[in-house]
Amino acid sequence: MANLIPPRFKVVIDYEKCRKCKRCVINCGFGVYSFSDRVIPDHKKCVSCQRCVAYCPEEAITIIENPNVFRPNSYWTMEERINIMKQASSSGMLLTGMGNDRPYKNYFDHLLIDACQVTNPSIDPLREPMELTTYLGSKPDAVKVKVEDGQIKLDTKIAPQIKLDTPIIFSPMSYGSISLNAHKALARAAKECGILMNTGEGGLHKDLYPYKDRIIVQVASGRFGVNQEYLDHSAVVEIKIGQGAKPGIGGHLPGEKVNREVSETRMIPEGTDALSPAPHHDIYSIEDLAQLIYALKEATNYEKPVSVKIAAVHNVAAIASGIARAGADIIYIDGFRGGTGAAPTIIRDHIGIPIELAIAAVDDRLRAEGIRNSVSIVAAGGFRHSGDVAKAIALGADAVAIGTAALIAMGCHVCQMCHTGNCSWGIATQRPELTQRLDPDWAAGQLINLIKSWSLELKEILGALGLNAIESLRGSRERLRGIGLTDTELAILGVKHAGR
Amino acid sequence: MDRAFERIPSGCAISGIMNVSGKRISGEKIITSISLMHDRSNGLGGGFAAYGIYPEFADHYAFHLMYQSERGRTLTEEFLNKHFIIERGEPIPTRPHPEITDPPLLWRYFLKAPEERLYKNHEPMDERDYVVEKVMFINDNIPDSYVASSGKNMGAFKGVGYPEDIGRFFRLEEYEGYLWTAHGRFPTNTPGWWGGAHPFTLLDWSVVHNGEISSYGINKRYLEMFGYKCTLMTDTEVVAYAVDLLHRRHGLPLEIVAKVLAAPFWKDIEKMEEEDKRLYTTLRQVYGPSLLNGPFSIIVANNKVMMGLNDRIKLRPMVWGRRGDFYYMASEESAIYEIEPSLDEVHVAKGGEPVIVRLKEGEQNG
Ligand code: SF4
Ligand code: SF4
Repeated sequence: MANLIPPRFKVVIDYEKCRKCKRCVINCGFGVYSFSDRVIPDHKKCVSCQRCVAYCPEEAITIIENPNVFRPNSYWTMEERINIMKQASSSGMLLTGMGNDRPYKNYFDHLLIDACQVTNPSIDPLREPMELTTYLGSKPDAVKVKVEDGQIKLDTKIAPQIKLDTPIIFSPMSYGSISLNAHKALARAAKECGILMNTGEGGLHKDLYPYKDRIIVQVASGRFGVNQEYLDHSAVVEIKIGQGAKPGIGGHLPGEKVNREVSETRMIPEGTDALSPAPHHDIYSIEDLAQLIYALKEATNYEKPVSVKIAAVHNVAAIASGIARAGADIIYIDGFRGGTGAAPTIIRDHIGIPIELAIAAVDDRLRAEGIRNSVSIVAAGGFRHSGDVAKAIALGADAVAIGTAALIAMGCHVCQMCHTGNCSWGIATQRPELTQRLDPDWAAGQLINLIKSWSLELKEILGALGLNAIESLRGSRERLRGIGLTDTELAILGVKHAGR
Repeated sequence: MDRAFERIPSGCAISGIMNVSGKRISGEKIITSISLMHDRSNGLGGGFAAYGIYPEFADHYAFHLMYQSERGRTLTEEFLNKHFIIERGEPIPTRPHPEITDPPLLWRYFLKAPEERLYKNHEPMDERDYVVEKVMFINDNIPDSYVASSGKNMGAFKGVGYPEDIGRFFRLEEYEGYLWTAHGRFPTNTPGWWGGAHPFTLLDWSVVHNGEISSYGINKRYLEMFGYKCTLMTDTEVVAYAVDLLHRRHGLPLEIVAKVLAAPFWKDIEKMEEEDKRLYTTLRQVYGPSLLNGPFSIIVANNKVMMGLNDRIKLRPMVWGRRGDFYYMASEESAIYEIEPSLDEVHVAKGGEPVIVRLKEGEQNG
């Protein structure tokens, strides 16, 4: 039956233009092309990663959706039928990469941002200072000062704070799921932009040690690569409970991706599968989490904020409140559009909730309990542009994390094949002939440009709002309006409908 | 009042006079000063705060109430009777004025908080917290009733109309105070609601404000976390509550409060000496949500202080001057010269730099 499954894409080659250079053969990570007299594509293998299209010197290649349609049926879509065929012929779970691609309602596109007209002036970010500086960490309710020799002095020592030059960080993507060159690019860009990159759960390669002030190290259920040295080479320590793309389940890095360097970094034998258990086996309740938070604070001398990363699930507000009370300095919430190196498709597509609703629910809950100051909220899961970022901040996030957008900046074409380890763009792969394609300096430059562009746009948005500091937008839902939303949706988001 | 109007932006004029020796003057001068800036208002709001006007009740909380119905008055008086000792309750004296139509019922009460009631969850409670709680309760829960002011030896007089007409309506020339502030309002829509006029007050704090607070949304949510209820449909309210939170409850000196409301830019904090850098960095980290962003000039006052403050990029005007023991602040210089033609000094207030004028030590007025 496997052979009877039709290809999703067709590779159309213009043989008049083709000069038989075979670049497509070399460039394809998925083995689509063979050569005898001329290049011959195996359509079934094509994932439309667009590498060959980009590298063909003659522009001789076009990838099209298979025009050979199944009999149209808006319920039994081609995708659903192909998935059933695949499972009927394999008896396995379907795997995928990247984030949920189903057409669920997208709340970002139902929110509109305010602007000043007449009664208060907008501000020109080219002429006036415009501040994006953001500090992540737990804040007290009040600052104490004392007067000494007529001088007002600080009389409070507050929990450790991490400075971000702009409220955007890179989301966790582990070494193993992505290449070392990709990790290096993220670290360099984080340093240059004054933001943070996150190791994900795969440990920290020694080449990244110089960037330690800009790195969040993760302690996940598999505890890969975790030791004192690892904790010492970080700005923030993060306990990973869940991931937006696969809430409630663990991780699986196939043995083929565990080469010598990955094995050293993860501290596991070469070639073995790296399995992260679904739960942390020492966290079966909130009080267990509190113990791990304080164990990590002890291990890092109370000098680093401890973050807890969770997936946005139905009860996210209550969970977040528990995490804040358990002593976390940062809560990282990952929405259901969040990406992944590999996840069962059924989990990715049907579990979790949108980040927009999660931010609003968590921010409301923490405020109702009077503990919003005690934690920073980092939101992630599908931020496509600075407009999404501004909306998330207005809903109540302190900062956002971007993963997929960062990958796209480095060349990813969102073919959703990260789990295969064949990424033609040298990102989600460990195959040396593929990883060498990604020049870390070039990729860092791309990331820096992206962060700079979004930051510029954020300043422009703030200026239009008549604000000159990002903290005046944070949680200011008064500056958002909903469009095409029900009363319940508006109530959850805490915004009025457009026109009000 | 239709609560669909949650916030009403407005332009404005403000003026303030303080005698730092505590010498009391009639309301005539402040009326003259604010009326010079007639064109900065549109007849939809005017008001005054006066300090030192009730020396015979200096130890009582003077509650100024606005009622839109007799029922509001009955309910509020029942509430006040239950929670306070009422020394005296009376209508606020007014005179008929052709420009002032349809005023609410205006009453004042001189109150003491009964000691045996100063407990919350069996814990002793600060008397002022108690008063604040009751003010919030009335504004939020008792229909047709609004507390215009609740401080000691002070009062707010405000309503719908041009400020000079409001001043005459309330017969302010018959009062004597050592600190007066005034406001003329230019709101951009017309709910015609007396409670929406300035000053906004809490305990003996009063705020008059020219501008619009673009960060209102988060300022409000932040203050709500500390139990303040923003019910008066104007952004100025948040200034009064923020000052109360920062100064009275968190114990920050007024200079520092000003630096929270109009925080120095990060680039300027960068250049500070180590110790100040730590102080101002911490203040911004912790109090970011109470930064007042957007154009404003405000005069904040209490029994001992008058403070003028501009937003940090100075998007609204403010001038201050001095003649002997008298200090003046106003949106326009002419409004000061109108009442004091020969000033010893006169300055333009800088963006984000507070001008703080204090009552001289020993000049105790309440
Ligand atoms: S890369 Fe283009 S020109 Fe070269 S062999 Fe392939 S199709 Fe032909
Ligand atoms: S990282 Fe590579 S494999 Fe994954 S979606 Fe992007 S291009 Fe495809």
